[in-house]
Formats: sequence, structure tokens, C-alpha cells
Amino acid sequence: MELIRRLRERKASIGSTIYKSLLTLLLLMLVVVIVFPIVITVTHSFMSPSEIKIELAPILGAKSDEENADSLVKMLSEGEYVRLHWVPFQVTLNAYYDILLRQPQFLFLFWNSMKMTIPIVAGQLIVSLLAGYAFSQLRFRLRESLFFAYIVVMLMPFQVTLVPNYIMANWMGLINSEWSIILPGIFSAFGVFLMRQFMQAVPYSYVEAARMDGAGHFTIMLTIVLPMCRSGMAALAVLAFIDHWNMVEQPLIFLKDAMKQPLSVYLSYINEGDIGIAFTASVLYMLPAILLMLYAEKELVEGVQLSGIKG
Amino acid sequence: MFLGKIGNLRRWVVRMIRSDGTHAAIFLIPSLVGVTIFFFLPFGIGFYYSLVDTPIDGKFVGIRNYVDLLGNNSFRRAIWNTFLFTVLCVPINMLLSLLLASLLNGRVFGQRWFRIAFLSPLVIPVASIVLIWQIFFDLNGILNHWLNAWGMASKDWMEGGSALYIAIMIYVWKNVGYNMLLFLAGLQNIPIDHYEAARIDGAGRWRQWRSITLVYLTPTTFFVFIMSIINSFKVFRETYMLAGPYPHPSLYMLQHFMNNMFQQLDYQKMTSAAFMMATVIVMLVMILFMVERRFSRWL
Repeated sequence: MELIRRLRERKASIGSTIYKSLLTLLLLMLVVVIVFPIVITVTHSFMSPSEIKIELAPILGAKSDEENADSLVKMLSEGEYVRLHWVPFQVTLNAYYDILLRQPQFLFLFWNSMKMTIPIVAGQLIVSLLAGYAFSQLRFRLRESLFFAYIVVMLMPFQVTLVPNYIMANWMGLINSEWSIILPGIFSAFGVFLMRQFMQAVPYSYVEAARMDGAGHFTIMLTIVLPMCRSGMAALAVLAFIDHWNMVEQPLIFLKDAMKQPLSVYLSYINEGDIGIAFTASVLYMLPAILLMLYAEKELVEGVQLSGIKG
Repeated sequence: MFLGKIGNLRRWVVRMIRSDGTHAAIFLIPSLVGVTIFFFLPFGIGFYYSLVDTPIDGKFVGIRNYVDLLGNNSFRRAIWNTFLFTVLCVPINMLLSLLLASLLNGRVFGQRWFRIAFLSPLVIPVASIVLIWQIFFDLNGILNHWLNAWGMASKDWMEGGSALYIAIMIYVWKNVGYNMLLFLAGLQNIPIDHYEAARIDGAGRWRQWRSITLVYLTPTTFFVFIMSIINSFKVFRETYMLAGPYPHPSLYMLQHFMNNMFQQLDYQKMTSAAFMMATVIVMLVMILFMVERRFSRWL
């Protein structure tokens, strides 16, 4: 009897291993599709600019400079269609060298992006922490209606308030200053919404008990609620960073000066002459976001898991 | 008598200071001031613009701007397209991400790496992504190259009815990972003993899924729904860069319309359109609140 039971168990475990492997394989195929654009971007970042120009000539419509491209041209531009190739014909760090050492404007614009994104993330965390605490742990009149208004603001596309926003910024003298980007970013309704959801998971009885012991709300927020929502804060930080790191519309409208733009805008309007370094620039630009995501991925999951979205 | 009054006053002040309302005001002030300046107030100004004939010293014209707008063909098309796009892509995205989350929940090797891989589309700069979609869907792009090799005629994918589907695909590609993460978190919060109890009671797989999984996922689903709608408005950036300010009619969204009105300095049309869109969003959130109240104590 014992033997049969064991055999059966083993069979079941083999079955589940096969199932697991098949499922993993299926998902792996999906992953290939999902990460395909990233892989292309990364491999192309190691190609020489002329190789990329030749490869993309059919869609750019421009004839490439053919003096340095003999055999390459034959292999790549035979037809009228783009032939994407994965592996560079010659791996070169030229584009990286170009961007990092020979074109100072790249690092300058990168710094612009930092200068805007980091204050936004820091400010948004503080403001959202405070407001999230009020919305989740305090009872006050108009709480529901106010939160309703925040959700509505959160769902509004950027274009809806574009004109009046521009007028307000102009009136406050913020046009062409990075504050016209930073300030609205700090006061994002999304941050408040997310923090409230995370803090909803903290049982009200904790706060009540601390109140009985005479603790003030500020102390409670810092010593009870904040530690419980740390992964939620990390999740918000990652999401806010990614969102503002890639912004294009707002800087385009509020910053007139090309040298004040973040790199994301420059990348979006990269001209055909520079297409050879576009991929390399993209790789360098997504590096901080990827590192942040790898670093905080666990928090991103945990934050969501602990959050009030579980009701 | 007098002292008693002072005592009352003091007690009243202390009570006020210690009350939740006062604290709420203190905690909310930074956010409220900012949101008022950068969102509520501009919104009010926008509403005012939608009621006058010119922004500077304009005459009050009531709802004329709105009537004009409703008679505008490109606006009507933009509304319809935005509606169609949202109605198609939000459910597709939610179903796919729920499916992915269920597949990924506990029964695969290397779950962490899958999660990261599915999240990765979030971090790629829009510019390089647009370039890659272009390589694919351009008249001389890869897709046509393949079709040609199979003996089919090539066509410009962004310049036809297929443009809308490409936009949906881009949206799903970009957002499925994050929503999957949300659903995954929701799934992992369901206590396992619920399933065991149900199994003992003789509930089948489908029954378990319907009465346990689905019920537990309701709050997550609301959250994912809201996120999906927000993100469906954000795909505009990609489509705008792929197809420009005047894309194929099937892809002409409200944001295109508003952007173009902004370029043409037609603030009346733009603010009226914005206000109409906002009204629809308010109604949507209200319905959401009502449905949600009925289901759980999510809010």
C-alpha cells in the first residue's frame, strides 16, 4: 500500500513538473515578444551609426553615405524593405564613445532630466504621504467628495487643462523654468490616490490605540503608518520616476529653451542625421529606470500586495 | 461665571485642535493648495473660456461653443474614436493581464524574472519604441517584407483601418505587465484554505474560480480598471509620434483634436472639448463609485 501511494505521489509530481515546464515555455515565448523591442534597442546600440543608417534607409527614405559601406550595403540594402538584423556586423562602442565624450549636450540634457525628475519624485512622496494619511486615517467632512474630485483629476488627460495651465504658469512667471514642470508633477493626484490605497491596509484600530496613548497624528504617521507602507512608498517612487522620466508633452510646451529640455524630448525629436546614435542614447536613457526597477521590483510587488486594493 | 466661560472656550479650542478635521486640514493643505493651483483652478478657468467668444475680454455666449463643437465633424469623429479605442483596449488588456497573472501565479519557474520581463516595456523611452514600431509597420517595414515574401501585397499599416489595431496592440504591449502585477498581487492575497474548504465541499474548478477568485479580485479589478483608463489616454504619445497630428481618420482621438486646437490657438473649441470630456469622466467615476459600493468596501 505504502509503495503504491509513493508511486502515485511521484507520478503526480512528475506530472506537475511537466506542466510547470510547459507553462514556463509558453510564457517564455510570450516574453520574447514582449522584450523584443528592448533587445533590438540594445543590440543596435552596439552597431556603428552607418550600419544603422544603411539598415533603416528604406524607411527613412534617405540615401546613406555609401563610401564606407561596401559589403555591408550588399548584405543589408538589397531590397526596398528594411531587413532587421539582430547581431551587429561589427560590435563597436563608437556610439557610446560619441555620446558620452564627444557630444556634451547629451550629458547636459541627461542632467536636465535628473534635475526635474528627482524633485518631482521626492516632493510627490512627501505630499502624497501627508494627504494619503488624511484620506485614509482621518474622519472629516467632505472626505468622500474631495477624494472623488482627486480621482476625477487623476483620470483627466493632460490636454484637458493645457491652456489654463499654460496661462497659470505664465501668470506665475514659470514659463521656461523647470518649475513649470516640477510643481504640477509634485502635486499629482495619482500619488495621493495610490498612497491612500496603500494606507488603507493599516487597520484603523492601530491608529486609535496610539491616539489613546496620547500620540499625535504626526507621530503616528511617522512611526506606525509609514513603516507599514514602506514598500508602497517604493512602488510609488518607481512609478513616478518612470512616468516623469519619459515625459514629452509638458516640457515641449512649457520650456522654450532647447537647452532646458529633458533628454526624453531630445530623443523623441532626434533627426535623421543622428539616427545612428538614437538607440545608444535610448539605452543610456533607460538605464536609470531599469536599475531602479530591478532594485525595487520586490517592493513594487509587495507594495501592491499589502495595499488597500485588497479591500 | 467668567472663568467658566474661559474654561469652556479652552475646552472647545482643545477639542478643535485635537479633532480629526483640524488635523485633516493640516495634512491636506500642501496637496490641496497644489492641486487647486495646478488642476482645479485651471479647470475652472477652462470652463470660463468655453463660455465666452474670445479668451481676452470675451463676450458671454453661453453654450454656443458647445453647439458649434457638436456640429464639428472632426470632433464627433474624435469622440467616437476615443470611445471605441477605450472600449476595445481596456477589456482586452484586463482579460489578458488576468490570464497572464493566473498562469504566472505559483506554477512556473523563475517567476521573478517573468515579472521583470513583463514590466520592462514601461521603462523604454517612447522615442526608441516608436522607431521600432516604425521599422515594423512602415510601408517598407518588416511586416510588409514578410507579407511580400508570402506573395501578398504590402500596404501602409499606419495609413489604414489597421492603425487603430496597431494602437491597441501598442497599448496592450506596454500595459499588460503592470496590470498583471496588480492581478498577481491580488491573487496571492487570497487565502489558500478557502480553496481547500471549497474542494472539500465538492466545488469544481470553475465554481472555485467564480466564487472565490473572482470575488476576492473585485477590488483589484476596480483598481486595474482605473489604471487602464488612465493609461489608455497616455498611448496618445506613441500614436502621435507614429502618425503625426493628422493620422488616419480611424486613429484621430480627442487628444489629437485638442492638440490641434491648441496649435491653432482655438481655445474655445479646445476648452469646450476638454470640458465635455471631463463631464464624461466624472460620470464614469460616479458609476464606478456606485458599482464599487455595491460590491465591496474598497473606498
